[in-house]
Amino acid sequence: MMPTLNDYLLLSAVLFTIGTAGVFVRRNLITILLSIEIMLNAVNLTFVAFGRSFGTADGQIIVFFVMTVAAAEAAVGLAIVIALFRHRESLNPDSFTSLKW
Amino acid sequence: MTLFFLFGAIAVVASLLVITQHNPMYSVLLLILSFGALSGLYVLLDAPFVAVIQIIVYAGAIMVLFLFVVMLLNAPKEDTEAARLRLVAPGAAQMGAILAVVLIGELWWALTRTGGQSGAFPAGAVTSVAAIGRSLFGDYAFSFEVTSILILVAMVGAVVLARREGKRSDGT
Repeated sequence: MMPTLNDYLLLSAVLFTIGTAGVFVRRNLITILLSIEIMLNAVNLTFVAFGRSFGTADGQIIVFFVMTVAAAEAAVGLAIVIALFRHRESLNPDSFTSLKW
Repeated sequence: MTLFFLFGAIAVVASLLVITQHNPMYSVLLLILSFGALSGLYVLLDAPFVAVIQIIVYAGAIMVLFLFVVMLLNAPKEDTEAARLRLVAPGAAQMGAILAVVLIGELWWALTRTGGQSGAFPAGAVTSVAAIGRSLFGDYAFSFEVTSILILVAMVGAVVLARREGKRSDGT
């Protein structure tokens, strides 16, 4: 018995939920960025599964673009983390509240 | 089906461990394991090109960047003392748990409404890299070029953001 599209979508939903929970629950900037990567990968799995289901290459091409954007996001995000760490010597997002009303 | 469950279980367990580890170093290494399992799933989905770039770009490049920053900042020490008690912010924990439950319930509801369709994959998958490349440089040529500008902007932005303050005096 082969795994069906629904199996892949369920797995992807579980991974996306784990990523979302990580963003909300964790208090460490690097772990939050890692949770965002989990969410992006869950979406990638959905794209590839649907592309396979429709029999086109479009899903794989979108995954290619998502990976490019993820690389750019990781580079800029980590640069911001480094700059913030130099200012406050902390990775806890609760300590960066200067812009809060 | 066995391989699907194996890779899926590895991906889910590794991702769960990623968000529960106290040490960011372990989180990054476990996330690499999760990406490896996802790469196996892409092979099962007849997408070898995506599986390979998952390993090369994600596990090889992006995660090494994360590892580099984790080692550069050497943060786990200060993270464990003051933040151990409030590793989970009081309000955010309940909020995150509720949102996670709602999200997975919603997705389950949507997936069970597909009716009689089992969602089995048809024959004839696009597996050749040549077909992907032809489509990428044909229909998606404009997006591909825009992506290169995005990468350039991200690179310049990262350099500007991570540069040390105080070097402004030398006229740059």
